[in-house]
Amino acid sequence: MVLSFPSGHSTRGGPSADQLGVIRQYAEALGRPVRLMEVCGTHTMVAFRSGLRSLLPENVLLISGPGCPVCVTPNGYLDTAVELSRRPDVILTTFGDLMRVPGSNSSLEKERARGAAVQVVYSPLDAVALARERRDKNVVFLAVGFETTAPGIALVLRTAREEDLQNFLVLCALKTMPAPMRALASGGEVAIDGFLVPGHVSVVTGARAFAFLAEEFGIPCVVTGFEPVDLLVGIGMLLRQLTEGRAAVEIEYTRAVTPEGNREAQRMMAEVFEGSDAEWRGLGNIPGSGLGLRDSYTLHDAAARFGLEVAAGRELAGCRCGDVLRGVLAPPECPLFDRVCSPASPQGPCMVSSEGACAAWWRYGRRG
Amino acid sequence: MCLAVPAQVVSIRGNLAQVSVEGALREVHLGLVDDVEVGDYVLVHAGFALERWTEEDVREWRAILDGTWPGRTE
Repeated sequence: MVLSFPSGHSTRGGPSADQLGVIRQYAEALGRPVRLMEVCGTHTMVAFRSGLRSLLPENVLLISGPGCPVCVTPNGYLDTAVELSRRPDVILTTFGDLMRVPGSNSSLEKERARGAAVQVVYSPLDAVALARERRDKNVVFLAVGFETTAPGIALVLRTAREEDLQNFLVLCALKTMPAPMRALASGGEVAIDGFLVPGHVSVVTGARAFAFLAEEFGIPCVVTGFEPVDLLVGIGMLLRQLTEGRAAVEIEYTRAVTPEGNREAQRMMAEVFEGSDAEWRGLGNIPGSGLGLRDSYTLHDAAARFGLEVAAGRELAGCRCGDVLRGVLAPPECPLFDRVCSPASPQGPCMVSSEGACAAWWRYGRRG
Repeated sequence: MCLAVPAQVVSIRGNLAQVSVEGALREVHLGLVDDVEVGDYVLVHAGFALERWTEEDVREWRAILDGTWPGRTE
């Protein structure tokens, strides 16, 4: 079959194809259900908000994956953050997404309403600036995120070390994407025919970091951008690989992603962090899937400073966020969905985060 | 959480740049990218420039927003 379709750099000024038409032709040629996982929470939101999901052929299914940092952060971490916020010697700083996530007993939003010093920051740079101003307090930054976010946090940690800002600390729960994708590919719980690979994680890691998915597991991968048309082109490129019986890592998001990634960002991460095991909500403990502080940065480790141990935490009874994050359960299949769990009173993180699969379904998916 | 937006560099002082995100000015750190000059576009995430865009990248992005990207379906 010969179909004109942009791939890689040829998307620029490439053929003026009707992207949906191309998707339909490939889908028909395949003639079987195809399950594609959009790993990144931002992709999930774009797919829902744009209405793109409802335009896809019936046999092309998009499943949401574990690429929402807030969603995969286990309750134990939130409990520790709540505990820290109650210390009078601490100002807690965090990205806004974490504020409303319920821990075992409380949330940061509730603690702030009760008078705790919890500040939402746009950037870790704001947190380190606060530490310079408030030498009388320990400014703790909640380091949650993936490879997109980790280099900036590494950079501020290095700055704090150089300036001997001993009152700047992080509670580190940074994670990396390749390991959970390996776990999903090898787990066998969900058959995944293709991955839409997170675009902004790949800006840092490079597309090559995901090559093993194609080489070892034979799963086609396309690193995709964040405009609706990027997603359509990415889906088309995945279907094309499937139609042609190929598995490779291709880049749709060529305006931001290279095979090698951002070497300076990688170097910065490696200087400050080392690989560690990490706990993922829904996926459990995955060896080598986290970033821990190197020994030379222990002085800036909030857990070490205050002798805290991040425990397992208690998950809310009935909450199926874990299954949603593995792609095993679609949000409307959760018994809590839209009954007791909604964005106004979220029971689990996938409903709290604006990028969570449950929030996306609730806002955009219910109309079909 | 991995949102990142393209922004044009308005001025540079040391490692910090003023950038314009659709007209709104923000300060971003340039410590993770090389060779950024005034007028360049960078991809910004949480206060850091993560990548410098070439003119070709910017053209593609503009075409996508305008709906004139050849790949666009509408």
